[in-house]
Amino acid sequence: MDPARRQALRTGSGMTLLALVAAAGWLRPEEAAAQAWNKSAFDTKSVDDTVKALGGSAPAQSKDITFVATPDIAENGAVVPVSIVSNVPNTQAIAILIEKNPNTLAAVFDIPAGTDPAISTRVKMAQTSNVYALVKADGKFHVAAKEIKVTLGGCGG
Amino acid sequence: MTAPMMRVAAAIAAVGAVVTFGAALAQDRTADEIAKYREALQDGNPAELYEARGEEMWKAPRGPNKVAFTACDLGQGPGVVKGAYVQLPRYFPDANRVQDLESRLVWCMVHQQGYTEAEATKQPFGNGSKRSDLEALVAYVVGQSRGMPMNVSLDRPQMKDMYALGEKMFFFRGGTHDFACSTCHGDDGKRIRLQDLPNLTTRHGAQKAYTTWPAYRVSQGELRTFEWRLNDCFRQQRFPELAYDSDAAIALTTYLAYNANGAAYDGPGIKR
Amino acid sequence: MPDPMKIRANHSGDTTEVKVLMNHEMETGQRKDSQGKVIPAWFIQTVTATCNGKTVLSAQWGPAVAKNPFLSFKFKGGAKGDKVQIAWVDNRGEKRMDEATIA
Repeated sequence: MDPARRQALRTGSGMTLLALVAAAGWLRPEEAAAQAWNKSAFDTKSVDDTVKALGGSAPAQSKDITFVATPDIAENGAVVPVSIVSNVPNTQAIAILIEKNPNTLAAVFDIPAGTDPAISTRVKMAQTSNVYALVKADGKFHVAAKEIKVTLGGCGG
Repeated sequence: MTAPMMRVAAAIAAVGAVVTFGAALAQDRTADEIAKYREALQDGNPAELYEARGEEMWKAPRGPNKVAFTACDLGQGPGVVKGAYVQLPRYFPDANRVQDLESRLVWCMVHQQGYTEAEATKQPFGNGSKRSDLEALVAYVVGQSRGMPMNVSLDRPQMKDMYALGEKMFFFRGGTHDFACSTCHGDDGKRIRLQDLPNLTTRHGAQKAYTTWPAYRVSQGELRTFEWRLNDCFRQQRFPELAYDSDAAIALTTYLAYNANGAAYDGPGIKR
Repeated sequence: MPDPMKIRANHSGDTTEVKVLMNHEMETGQRKDSQGKVIPAWFIQTVTATCNGKTVLSAQWGPAVAKNPFLSFKFKGGAKGDKVQIAWVDNRGEKRMDEATIA
């Protein structure tokens, strides 16, 4: 075993192995990606249940969370661009919830210190629905919503 | 008309004008939002993933003869990809045929790499895990013409013939619904639901339409080539299937590509 | 071996902007094939982005993220010439890691 790694493992102090290895600067990105996946949160079928599964309750409506470059109408529900910017101080995580999807939670992003609390990605929408940007900041939950209409384009999509 | 009747008529006309105006306004807003959607998609085009795969495929020896596409002449010399797409279709003496990009790639697969025609055209259009090598190769080649002006030449008699055939096909009504391409694409201002239909008989319409294909079709989850677009139009018109690598497909492509001459090629694009 | 991602990383001022295109079916598990059988769910579950040994983003995804996922984010730090790594793991346990140099 590599001496640096052995050194890191010896330090103990109650950290998980993953954290120890990360601290030693030896964490390969594939291993970092082998993080836990919150299955229960991805199985929920309502906005309230999803918020609970993510550890929150009754999120406060916030004008400090905005959807940018996110169109009101998606020509096709298979690819809907969603960009969220959170100006809530100390944002720790941003989650995208799609109310009328078979499962509400689309994605959760953990924002480490130093990373802009802003995310751009693309999601699938089964039908016209409210899309919620759920933000966790200082352990509290905040939310903003936007309705996105989903259409079928011209000739049979 | 009596005076009261005229007043009623005027009132109806006024209401009609407001309703029309309101509907037009709503339609404009919708069009604006759709334009925003299309713009938001431009930021990250999965076509690039196909281009990367295609580039690797282009350089790798393949087939029974283990020959790479670097031996394939797309009209600018063996292996020359830059600027090749904007001069296609063209007549190739070695094949004695006018060929578009897809049929030329198939020709190289058969005559240089040693595949049979059936093997080469087994999967022209990808479907999820069933990938199409041709789609990736097409994405790579067209990407290498990005920004260059369309420059299809009808100098050769074979090209003139193909253009004339394509034009005839464009206006030919057939199938169960008596459709022609021109039914949807022969006039300005037509649309199907939210999809504006380009007028392909005008230079401007043909340029706008042709220069953004091939494209990653979001609704298909795949990069779609120009022969796919034609094949799907035939399907939607309830025509018999447009055969891949057929003279029919090449003729229509010749007609539309030449009509697009002068415009900067802007593909591979991304569409709904 | 899953296909490579396309990563672009650009530094300007004190911020590095990262844009990623990933190759993945992101199958929802809701669709049926022509025989009527459900096509099993197959999607990226976790994503991690690192730069100079530090995690700059981590994410958990469900199948509602679009096919051939696109992701864009910014972080303070990084410099031209540094490398950004993006790694993902999907629900089949397949993994992919790619890196790009910050321009």
